[in-house]
Amino acid sequence: MAKILLIAEHDGQSLNPATAKAVSCAQAIGGDLDIAVFASSAGAVAEKASKFEGVARVLTVERPENEAPLASVLAPQIAALAADYTHVLLPSTTFGKDVMPRVAALLGVAPISDIMTVIDPTTFKRPIYAGNAIVTVKAPAEPLVLGTARTASFQPAAEGGSADIVAKQLDVELPTHTRYVGLKSGGGDRPDLQSASRVVSGGRGVGSEENFQIIYKLADKLNAAVGASRAAVDAGFVPNEMQVGQTGKIIAPELYVAVGISGAIQHCTGIKDAGTIVAINKDPDAPIFEMADIGLVGDLFEVLPELEKALDARA
Amino acid sequence: MKILVAIKRVIDANVRVQLKRDGSGIVTDGVKMSINPFDEIALEEALRIRESGKDAEIVAVSIGSDASQQQLRTALAMGADRALLVKTDGEVQPLHAAHTLLAVIRKEQPDLVLMGKQAIDDDSNQTGQMLAALWQRPQATFTSKLDLDSDKASCTREVDAGLETIEVDLPAVVTTDLRLNQPRYVKMPDIMKAKRKPLDTIGLTELGTPELPKLEITAYEAPQGRAGGGKKVGNAAELVAALKERGVL
Amino acid sequence: MEYDAVVVGAGPAGLAAAIRLKQRDADKTICVLEKGAEVGSHILSGCVMEPGPLDELLPEWRQTPPAICVPAERDEFALLTRTKRYKMPTPPQMHNRGNFIISLGSLCAWMAQQAEALGVDVFPGFPAAEALIENDRVVGVRCADMGVQKDGTPGPNYAPGVDIRAGVTILAEGCRGSISKQLIKQFGLQDGHSPQTYGLGLKELWQLPPGRTTPGLVQHTLGWPLNTGTYGGSFLYHLDEDRVYVGFVAGLDYRDPDFKPFEAFQQFKHHPTVKPLLEGGEIVSAGARSIIEGGWQSLPTLDMPGALLIGDAAGTLNVPKIKGVHMAIASATQAADHLVETGASDGFDERFRASPAAAELRRVRNMRPGFNGGLWAGLANAALETVTRGKTPWTLKNHADWSNMRRLDEPVQAQPAYVERDLPPRDRLSSVYFAATSHDENQPVHLHILEPDICTSRCTEEYGNPCMRFCPAHVYEMVEEDGARRLQINAANCVHCKACDIKDPYEIINWTVPEGGSGPNYQKL
Repeated sequence: MAKILLIAEHDGQSLNPATAKAVSCAQAIGGDLDIAVFASSAGAVAEKASKFEGVARVLTVERPENEAPLASVLAPQIAALAADYTHVLLPSTTFGKDVMPRVAALLGVAPISDIMTVIDPTTFKRPIYAGNAIVTVKAPAEPLVLGTARTASFQPAAEGGSADIVAKQLDVELPTHTRYVGLKSGGGDRPDLQSASRVVSGGRGVGSEENFQIIYKLADKLNAAVGASRAAVDAGFVPNEMQVGQTGKIIAPELYVAVGISGAIQHCTGIKDAGTIVAINKDPDAPIFEMADIGLVGDLFEVLPELEKALDARA
Repeated sequence: MKILVAIKRVIDANVRVQLKRDGSGIVTDGVKMSINPFDEIALEEALRIRESGKDAEIVAVSIGSDASQQQLRTALAMGADRALLVKTDGEVQPLHAAHTLLAVIRKEQPDLVLMGKQAIDDDSNQTGQMLAALWQRPQATFTSKLDLDSDKASCTREVDAGLETIEVDLPAVVTTDLRLNQPRYVKMPDIMKAKRKPLDTIGLTELGTPELPKLEITAYEAPQGRAGGGKKVGNAAELVAALKERGVL
Repeated sequence: MEYDAVVVGAGPAGLAAAIRLKQRDADKTICVLEKGAEVGSHILSGCVMEPGPLDELLPEWRQTPPAICVPAERDEFALLTRTKRYKMPTPPQMHNRGNFIISLGSLCAWMAQQAEALGVDVFPGFPAAEALIENDRVVGVRCADMGVQKDGTPGPNYAPGVDIRAGVTILAEGCRGSISKQLIKQFGLQDGHSPQTYGLGLKELWQLPPGRTTPGLVQHTLGWPLNTGTYGGSFLYHLDEDRVYVGFVAGLDYRDPDFKPFEAFQQFKHHPTVKPLLEGGEIVSAGARSIIEGGWQSLPTLDMPGALLIGDAAGTLNVPKIKGVHMAIASATQAADHLVETGASDGFDERFRASPAAAELRRVRNMRPGFNGGLWAGLANAALETVTRGKTPWTLKNHADWSNMRRLDEPVQAQPAYVERDLPPRDRLSSVYFAATSHDENQPVHLHILEPDICTSRCTEEYGNPCMRFCPAHVYEMVEEDGARRLQINAANCVHCKACDIKDPYEIINWTVPEGGSGPNYQKL
């Protein structure tokens, strides 16, 4: 039976939501699941990790060097811990993508990036060519299977468990050639379009550069990044950096709100992997409604202010 | 200093990728091939380091078939000093690529290795990290800003939470993200000059990389279309309710 | 940079000229400029090729055939009504036994390799933007600048286009080349010849469910969905591996400002005898390109000091055969021979007109203008011209396409009723997707409107802004903003077909080359 080690992603205080999704991926593989928390002080994070249903143990590895998430520091520790496991998983975030291959090289394993479907404990589906094709890959079972779980493909695992929290000491020499300096978070700025979990995009229907303010306002309300269709870029409403689609950015946020976007195929290829797509358009025949999960037919200049109010009411 | 830039030949980003009819792979015959765009950014960064006044030799390395010479020639035209093709007609997975690049590094002894954060064909995002691990040197992935000192580098990384800065001792492996720079256009006279720059070829087997595990690709398929055609809601309040129901708010 | 010869355009004509020059004089330095990102990426042709001229130039092509190359086995010619298909005798010039259905883009990519192997410098991604003229003589071309920003100022990666000076400039840009157009005007090369006339061709490559195709079958139709006053028709070429080329050509001399060539093509695909073939299939790639149809009487003077015109840039296409490639290669070979033998462009026009290739054009000169009086008159005239083998003692004139459009208040023959469509692509934007066209959005718009005021005033009133309808790529759009209408140019959609440059009724759209590498990325077209 599989014995899975999942590496928690956290910022020292709280668990990154991507971890909960990786737990679901682990559950799809099946077997015993341990979660490892590498930190200078793991308390709150370990506590939270212990709450997922179906987790056997939470292992904490506390060292001052684990204060910041440095791949070169974490990888040898993970490699040491991995010896007892058949599988090691990380979330497919910039953290997981940074760390996982370094572990793989230390263990001499051919790993799987961006697991989107678990077929059996050694067979997985993953996207290639920016999601334009899907491959099924079979990984050697020995010495172990290592991969990252694509966050857009898994729902967060349910809570309700209470796993044991076990402190681990690892006798591993750590390099000092890499030093953490600091993190400048998005702060007051909007999240980056490429990596944001929520995106609000405007199209030609928005009408003008000035009108685009209404898109920014909704985005701020949702803590979302702002994108645009090529038509909106061509019309000069917004700069090209904001373009989403075939000739712009290919994105996969959890929530994508398309406002005044007709849904040309060029645009749709850029968002087809989004979690939930919401379309707001006054033309009920707009193709965007064919791919949207939730559609609202209406004038965006009436709908958006109402939507902001409804979001406020929720809070 | 010496900068090694790893370059992969991939299907051009503007090409619509098509599956072979029998599902055995991706159509590549008669398809436009280019330097992996992230690798092009890596090369541009190397050129800018040299142009900033550092005395740098820039070596472009690729692993692949003879056809990859075309991309190496482009790298030479952009400004690399010389190029090396590690020749193989077989599939090269990231772990194999990392071991191969390590063997090249043992010969070349570079101070800095630059490459794209991922190749836009397999999207693995692994080779740079693996190389750094095998070389037992620092890695700076997703780099969007690079400041070089004599024996260390300050790297700003585009991580999910924002911009992270780390400092690494040289030599190191730096993998590049989109916003690091905008690569230059290749100029026509430089294409002519590149024809005379050295481009060496060495067989993959001559480098003596070990037997390595690999993933077996058992099927290729087109992505499933979105179910879509979802429900229509009547107003903003219903929309918020529907979003809550789906757990996205 | 300096060369003995600079060739503008890496199509069949340009590459054949470069190859022939090198074959005859290996010491000649030759460079070929191509605006597409790769050789072949901007090439779109039917294409059933007559192999003769290529066999003479590069007989080895048969050993390394292009990605698509299927021997033509059988011809079918039919007249369509909305619901019926009437078989017609295949005109003799449309017998294709011995010819090959090919991807011209793939053939050109191979020809470029042959040229490079001979020592020709081929530069894809480097468009020639303008001719260099000194003392009334063409002395080369200037390449397009790279990295210019939307407002025309140099961006951070700005790279000015280099000048390429050459003893002779060979214009092989294909139909309605932008430099050719400039030079034909400047040197008065159209003087004394009939105006040029064009068609717009649209084409798709389909992958079909197994078992539906008849490889080598070449099908052409006239009639529906065109009314009898509009020249044009369809082609459907059956390839191997369950693939077909399907396409449509509409004469750009059509009169109705409301006519939409793209829509006519899509309607054709829904004809009851065509739709069952395509249904359930997938589009692999698609595109559009204008076709030069003026033939013999519209052929401009082919030489000027320091430069000459070959292939479709000149207008050597044989319309009744629906073939240009063999003529392009034949004219290129002759141009190369002329340059090697005389050392200059002077006299090429005379030489070409005395050649067998020109005789082929002369023989069919009255076929295309015969259709100026409509389909029935055209067919009757074609029969006469066929029987007399072109020995009729007259030469019919062509008319300029832009001036043939009728104003909204003038009567035109109605378009037939169209059917509901459900085959892909749903609209022009979806079609552009299959052309994989791309233009960096930060560059200046490459479609210049010389008098923008006309768009919102006279053109709206007189023609209803037909640019919105003749463009197959949805580049032109009139948008309302704050109560005012303005022309929105979606330049990034452009597939470089040149229809706008040809058909705009005021001749105020000037197509210029965008940044190198911009434009469609055709695959196997």
